[in-house]
Amino acid sequence: MSVSPLIAEGLRKTFQSAGRTVTALDGLSFAMVPGGGVTGLIGPDGAGKTTLMRLAAGLLVPDAGRIHCIGLDATRESLAVQAAVGYMPQRFGLYEDLTVQENLELYADLQGLPPAERGARYARLAEMTGLGPFVGRLAGRLSGGMKQKLGLACTLVRPPRLLLLDEPTVGVDPVSRRELWAIVYRLVDEEGLAVLLSTAYLDEAERCSDVILLDRGRLVDQGPPGAFSAPLRGRTFLVRGADASARRALQARLAAHPGVLDAVLQGEAVRIVTTEAVAPDRLASGIEATCEAVSPRFEDGFVARLKDAGAPGELELPRVDALRRTPGDAIEVEGLTKRFDGFTAVDALTFAVHAGEIFGLLGANGAGKTTTFRMLCGLLPASAGRLRVAGVDLRHAAAEARGRIGYMSQRFSLYGNLSVRQNLEFFARTYGLRGARVRERLAWAFAAFELAELADAEAGALPLGYRQRLAMAAALLHEPDILFLDEPTSGVDPLARREFWGRIYALAEGGVTVLVTTHFMEEAEYCDRLVIMAAGALLAIGTPSEVKAQAARDGTPAPTMEEAFIRLIERREAA
Amino acid sequence: MNTAARTGGGRRLLGLLRKEWLQILRDPSSIAIAFVLPVALLLLFGYGVSLDSKHVPVGIVIEQPGAEAASFAAAFGESPYFAPRIYSTRQAARAALRAQELDGFVVVPADFAHRLKGEGAAPIQVIVNGVNANSGRLLAAYVQGAWSTWLARELAARRVPIHEPVAAEPRIWFNPQVRSQNYLVPGLLVVNMTLVGALLTALVFAREWERGTLEALMVTPVSLREILLGKLLPYFALGIGGMALSVLMALYLFEVPLRGSLWVLVACSTLFLLAALGMGLLISIVARSQFVAGMFALLATFLPAFLLSGFLFDIDSMPAVVQAITYLFAARYFVAILQTLFLAGDVWGVILPNAAALAAIAAFFLGLSRRLLHKRIE
Amino acid sequence: MGARILALIVKEFLALFRDKRSRFVIVVPPLIQLLVFGYAATYDLDEAPFAVYDRDGGHAARDLLARFEGSPAFELERRIGSAGEIAGVIDAREVLLVVQVDQRFTADLAAGRQAKVQFLIDGRNSNTAQTVLDYASQIVAGFNRDWAAAHGLQGPPVSLVTRAWYNPNLESRWFFVTGLVGILTLVVTMMVTAMSVAREREQGTFDQLLVTPLRPAEILIGKAVPGLLIGLFEVSVVVLLAVVWFQVPLVGSLTVLYTGVVLFLFAAVGVGLMISSLAVTLQQALLGAFLFMVPAVILSGFATPIANMPEPVQWLTLIDPLRYYLVIVRGVFLEGAGFGLLIHQMWPLAGIALVTLVTAAWLFRHRMA
Repeated sequence: MSVSPLIAEGLRKTFQSAGRTVTALDGLSFAMVPGGGVTGLIGPDGAGKTTLMRLAAGLLVPDAGRIHCIGLDATRESLAVQAAVGYMPQRFGLYEDLTVQENLELYADLQGLPPAERGARYARLAEMTGLGPFVGRLAGRLSGGMKQKLGLACTLVRPPRLLLLDEPTVGVDPVSRRELWAIVYRLVDEEGLAVLLSTAYLDEAERCSDVILLDRGRLVDQGPPGAFSAPLRGRTFLVRGADASARRALQARLAAHPGVLDAVLQGEAVRIVTTEAVAPDRLASGIEATCEAVSPRFEDGFVARLKDAGAPGELELPRVDALRRTPGDAIEVEGLTKRFDGFTAVDALTFAVHAGEIFGLLGANGAGKTTTFRMLCGLLPASAGRLRVAGVDLRHAAAEARGRIGYMSQRFSLYGNLSVRQNLEFFARTYGLRGARVRERLAWAFAAFELAELADAEAGALPLGYRQRLAMAAALLHEPDILFLDEPTSGVDPLARREFWGRIYALAEGGVTVLVTTHFMEEAEYCDRLVIMAAGALLAIGTPSEVKAQAARDGTPAPTMEEAFIRLIERREAA
Repeated sequence: MNTAARTGGGRRLLGLLRKEWLQILRDPSSIAIAFVLPVALLLLFGYGVSLDSKHVPVGIVIEQPGAEAASFAAAFGESPYFAPRIYSTRQAARAALRAQELDGFVVVPADFAHRLKGEGAAPIQVIVNGVNANSGRLLAAYVQGAWSTWLARELAARRVPIHEPVAAEPRIWFNPQVRSQNYLVPGLLVVNMTLVGALLTALVFAREWERGTLEALMVTPVSLREILLGKLLPYFALGIGGMALSVLMALYLFEVPLRGSLWVLVACSTLFLLAALGMGLLISIVARSQFVAGMFALLATFLPAFLLSGFLFDIDSMPAVVQAITYLFAARYFVAILQTLFLAGDVWGVILPNAAALAAIAAFFLGLSRRLLHKRIE
Repeated sequence: MGARILALIVKEFLALFRDKRSRFVIVVPPLIQLLVFGYAATYDLDEAPFAVYDRDGGHAARDLLARFEGSPAFELERRIGSAGEIAGVIDAREVLLVVQVDQRFTADLAAGRQAKVQFLIDGRNSNTAQTVLDYASQIVAGFNRDWAAAHGLQGPPVSLVTRAWYNPNLESRWFFVTGLVGILTLVVTMMVTAMSVAREREQGTFDQLLVTPLRPAEILIGKAVPGLLIGLFEVSVVVLLAVVWFQVPLVGSLTVLYTGVVLFLFAAVGVGLMISSLAVTLQQALLGAFLFMVPAVILSGFATPIANMPEPVQWLTLIDPLRYYLVIVRGVFLEGAGFGLLIHQMWPLAGIALVTLVTAAWLFRHRMA
């Protein structure tokens, strides 16, 4: 097969949103590499990834240009395309009140899979996805990872010639993510399937055979992942400070350095990308640190490419000083247990978070992270155990005690039809700020989060990145001692995630305690300490290096955080 | 490719039907809407809504006891309409009326016996509470009737000739006992089925949009006709089931006669249900959110079906503008058909034009739904 | 504490009125409904179509029929030439009434015998049929009186005169417009309060609210006050329209009326908040509000008298706040009733308000998780 499975020619698509015209795709042309294999589709939020997927599946009509799927015009021959293409939307709409088997049967009927072929196909899909034991279970009762696998199975029930996957791993824990990947690669190997995959995980893109990078509706680059990082050879280094505990200060200094394009924490060191190949000692002048050259990663290439393409540069970061430093530990948890009729979601959890540290809460889907998180915030009563946040149990303490914490949930949870300013004013007042103090804090929020221009825009109509900034600004107006962040970066692109973490560092430097949950394992590296939870219990606790060391074994003495996470969970399941 | 897509159509539709059916069985809310809601509403309305007054508290003020006054008061006691109470002064009766203990009172004056001999011309006073105009008017008519009957008997006994130049002989067709349930229950069936039909379908597409299942469905080779039919047929079956249950209740619980033929009832119910389901489908296609769809379905069904269908209030007596509005609602036509079918019989002059209107409304809603439902997700 | 509640109230109003759709839903449908239903809901006859089958044709018959044609309640649809046509016009709902004049009508009258006229009435709507009969009988009675007077005949020795208090012309519009005041208040208040917490739950903003220093009681007050204020506004507009547009007399005092209104609003807000704190999704809240409102309207005595209902159903009406409210509104509007008469309506309302608000507060605290 020498024909490209997907060809776009001058593709243009605009949407009307709140009276404004938003250009999703702006004259996009590319061709997927012929033959099977996985092509990665990456780019920041608003790059047009989902629009492109929907156009390819014949769900949208382009304003201009053409899109050909497996040799068919996706716009005019959409029914034929839909019969030959498998498309899994970001949120695959499983019928949750149907069983696994009934969902599969429905899609087999809709895709026209002949009854004679069904038995064998179901058996194969069940074997690949591991759904075999659960065919009689309602789809709504499956875990998040299982649902994604069932969605994939429904898409694959009739072997498609091209598989379109739109961010299939958002909100999925690393173990389930790895399993999904195994399925996709098996299909590529055994059936010669062509796959177009959009993702926010750069490690996933790195494993693709070809990568398409979009930005603001245009093609930035296309090529094998190696080609993205190749130009950076000699420009990537690991910088180690003399004092590991001051790594955030080191990171901030390096990031501000004009010769440095990018600086992120990695373990106890800071990983930097320089603007040009320079001798490491030149960079480290004035900084007491050792510099070690490392080979570039795909992520470095991605960031460098987008920053070259004119993405916004570094920001002046807001410094927040915690008003009242809590003496002792900011959060103490002892024997914390939560039972939901008969089922124990959190089982005798004990840990402590020191004041002023960034503390990560990690775990697979359903491990009890969110339940723990909600109990700490006082949103859920504990069944047993003791918990202290800023010295009190928020569930029973006076309402004013809640004024010492800030909270940002994984969903956007501000008032969508109020303006940015009205949202901020409301939260300022509910936290008891008045008069001049409200004005002062609002001015701070507008400046620190660059929201001034959008002050009168409706919060719900903001782009994802700005909504997230607004949510964070609202959580910080009253200068809390402790900040709770529940999967704050889920579905957010790598650049926005960097910006977000820049702000978190600034807060931690100001003495604010931060408790954060995340599915991104590289973000776990940014934490001072972290816990990994499984089945409601504590699996590991410590600094990132300590946790990784716990997972080390003969073959891999220095596992990455993701490898460590998976190994710890597998080890527990084996036990 | 194309032929394959065509032959797969039957199987695709069957697959969709089975899916919808399983969902209905698993989610008790659809069953509740189709069967429990009509039964509950019919019971509530059937017993709660009645215009037949019985045992109305009426005061009789007897200013001076006497044989005539006692005989007159006794005549009120015989009638099932009244629950008479005797007062000796007007003031007492007035106070009772003000306190809403009485709906009205009759004053039997001190010179009642004297007046009966035709020597005093002053009429006898009846006071009714006019706040509820309809009840007030009915009460006045009942009192007038009781008075006329008593007077005729009394005068005949005294051999006093009376001259009533014209005697009116009323005959009320179809419902000689003027039982209000006979006309309210068929109307209630309409209110019921409007609600059930619209609620059943108003939420279905909106629900699929919200849960993201429609996007996954759209990328399969399924055609729009199959999607629409896959939604329409199961809910139609449910709706007809609810209708059958309601008709059975009307016939055997509320004892409303069915004078027309059953097949006409079935045919007209089919048309009406298609119109109601079609409206629900349209709402859910346009609204895309369950909340907006539900809100709209309630606004567009319940109050208009209740007030503008002619079920309770006579359309002929409404101002022309309001009458014009009533033509927009399918309920109006179905009320006319049902009241005729139940109480009068197969009167084609009523059934055919109204059935044609129902068919047109059904075709309009279903056609518009088909046009507005795209396999594009913009 | 006051400042926090105020911030919440301001936020509620902004959230309600910034959204074009909810602004529309709160303001426009109630007004349209008042206008349309104010005109549609009437039991009075207005130009009801009737047919005439005059088998006599004499001057007395013409005189009687002219009285029908002259009545605003009736409008002559057609004249019928044969008895066979009668069934057709009634069956096909062309007319509600056929007046059949006996063929010896004028002759009998002239001879001093009793003349006969027959009314054939469509009984499909029994209430309309009775009203038609009532109007027609009055016309014949008037004819009789005049004929007796003109010919020096002895009529019945005593006649009845009926006077209707509070509504001398027995206009049912007065009754229904005052009833609509109650229904529309209920609908709007329920919509504002029943949806408010459920919407926040669904949009995820409720958790954000719960982690602020706001106490549950403060949140409850913040949610109740907008419902009360919007309800008060709505009542005032509807009352104004009833008086100015529909010319319904407002006999009693506004103080009594608004005392009743406030008590009723508290009860409605209480029920709305109860539904809101029970519902997890917006759809459940909507369904809950609906399941409360339909029986509340049916059993309130809005369209059909409570006294006509069977005993057990009448007991059920005792917990319907609308039942008491309608008596208060109609009492103040038409009867000019004061506190003394309406106290028995007001204390049950206050009781319902107390019970529902306390229950809502309790549910609120215990379902926060």
